[in-house]
Amino acid sequence: MITVQNLAKTFGTKRAVDGISFSVERGEVLGFLGPNGAGKSTTMRMITGFIPPSGGTVSVGGFDMEENPIPAKRLIGYLPENAPAYTDMTVHGFLSFAAEIRGLRGEAKQKAVNRVVEMCFLEAVLHQSVDTLSKGYRHRTCFAQSIIHDPDVLILDEPTDGLDPNQKHEVRTLIRKMGEKKAIIFSTHILEEVDAVCSRAIIIDRGKIVANGTPQQLRQKSDWAGAVTLRVNGINGSALNQKLSQLSTVKKVVVLKEEATSVTARIFPKTGGPNAAPSGALAQSIADAAQGWRIEELHTEEGRLDDVFRNITMPDTVKEETK
Amino acid sequence: MNAWANIRTIAKRELSAYFASPVAYVVIVIFLLLTGFFTFMLGGFFERGEASLVSFFLWHPWLYLFLVPAVGMRLWSEERRQGTMELLLTMPITPWQAIVGKFLASWLFLAIALALTFPIACTVNYLGSPDNGVIFGSYVGSLLLAGSYLAVSSMTSAMTRNQVISFIISVVICFLLILVGYPPVTTFLYHTLGFGQWFVETVASFSVMTHFEGFQKGILDSRDLIFFLSIMVFALFTTGVIIRGHRAG
Repeated sequence: MITVQNLAKTFGTKRAVDGISFSVERGEVLGFLGPNGAGKSTTMRMITGFIPPSGGTVSVGGFDMEENPIPAKRLIGYLPENAPAYTDMTVHGFLSFAAEIRGLRGEAKQKAVNRVVEMCFLEAVLHQSVDTLSKGYRHRTCFAQSIIHDPDVLILDEPTDGLDPNQKHEVRTLIRKMGEKKAIIFSTHILEEVDAVCSRAIIIDRGKIVANGTPQQLRQKSDWAGAVTLRVNGINGSALNQKLSQLSTVKKVVVLKEEATSVTARIFPKTGGPNAAPSGALAQSIADAAQGWRIEELHTEEGRLDDVFRNITMPDTVKEETK
Repeated sequence: MNAWANIRTIAKRELSAYFASPVAYVVIVIFLLLTGFFTFMLGGFFERGEASLVSFFLWHPWLYLFLVPAVGMRLWSEERRQGTMELLLTMPITPWQAIVGKFLASWLFLAIALALTFPIACTVNYLGSPDNGVIFGSYVGSLLLAGSYLAVSSMTSAMTRNQVISFIISVVICFLLILVGYPPVTTFLYHTLGFGQWFVETVASFSVMTHFEGFQKGILDSRDLIFFLSIMVFALFTTGVIIRGHRAG
């Protein structure tokens, strides 16, 4: 549905987006991650046709955004960053306007408005002026606007920004449900959201794609992926270290915490990384070696997204310092 | 047909935005009060002793100088300030449909304000027997004048996200459009500075005063019509160029 090729944007001398290519098919929810100023919003603005690219092409549903913007834009629903809405209108007036400009008239318009009002829980504020809405309601009003024509493509720039945890949950559920039939791109800072919603995630940094894969694949890039965390009772840290370091599967043992009654350690596998041996193997060998200790906790780490995120997007100098 | 439907939708929203705020009513009331004041106090409506609205229309270029930019200043600057421009321009419409739709809405708003001066036309008809053709022509001219100022305001509004700046620039441009044809200025150019007559006439032909005059006499000259229309087309076209420039970054 969405194909982006070598997309680039230069503001003055700054290269905000630098040759990004990817595509999103129907039924996919693509998470767009990256630090502030990485070029997420700029990329989304180019995909929706708000700003023309300095280079590269965007095509939506087979229509090129530069050559044929109107049919391409018809397919898109867009929630811009900060959820702008006409403050001098009521929620109902605003949604009616959005429906009308999408070519819906009469009964179809009424139906569309009713549908999104129900989906986004806006009944309570329907005849209130947008000006007086709380941030959450305003956000949902703008979100409602983006889905009013039941678009095939949804572009959401930080759709859960400024919402309370309940509202976040609702919006995520909504996105996941809609993602079954649509092509969705959404950007976020919140990594748990990627797990909750995305079928694929792209991390961009300084205008370039630095990682692209399912959340599972991304997580495996973490240093922790495949490591085993162990908490045992009845042995001290150095003895534990010595014992486990001898195992053929173990690369490194780090004692995290040593208390009077228990020791917590993280054990990294020798064949670490994405091509690791069956993840159970390390845990099994540790369990075998731990005869006679009381194991209070033993589990294999899946790797953490924020870890991967930090590793990939942190400037090299900062990385050095933190090491 | 589709284009027209889009323009109508935009215009409808824009017009309802005017009436959603008290500013619209304030502008209309001020306009009516000022036209009344200028017509009767400064224009000498009664003292003239003739059944005409000359003293009424005489002041329109000056009144509009402040009122029209006040109406037009929010057209684009507000969209930019609130970020709704991003919504508007990612909708399946072309930018010129949005520009024309917004322009028509505020022009219609000014037309409503102008139409509300109808009691003065009734009064003059009651008191005497004026040439209603002239009055009609003057109304047409006044509306075109307002439209020209408005197009300029639309252009300056696209330049900035600050309404006040947009207002001031637009007043200055409209003021220049008046000045170059204002008799004291043309006389100054001709007699004091000694420019040739052809030069003074060329400069004056860029003035709204020169072209509004014809309408006030009841003459619908195609040249005057073309002058006002070309100002509107030029200013709206420039609006489009400016907006495009912002998007390109």
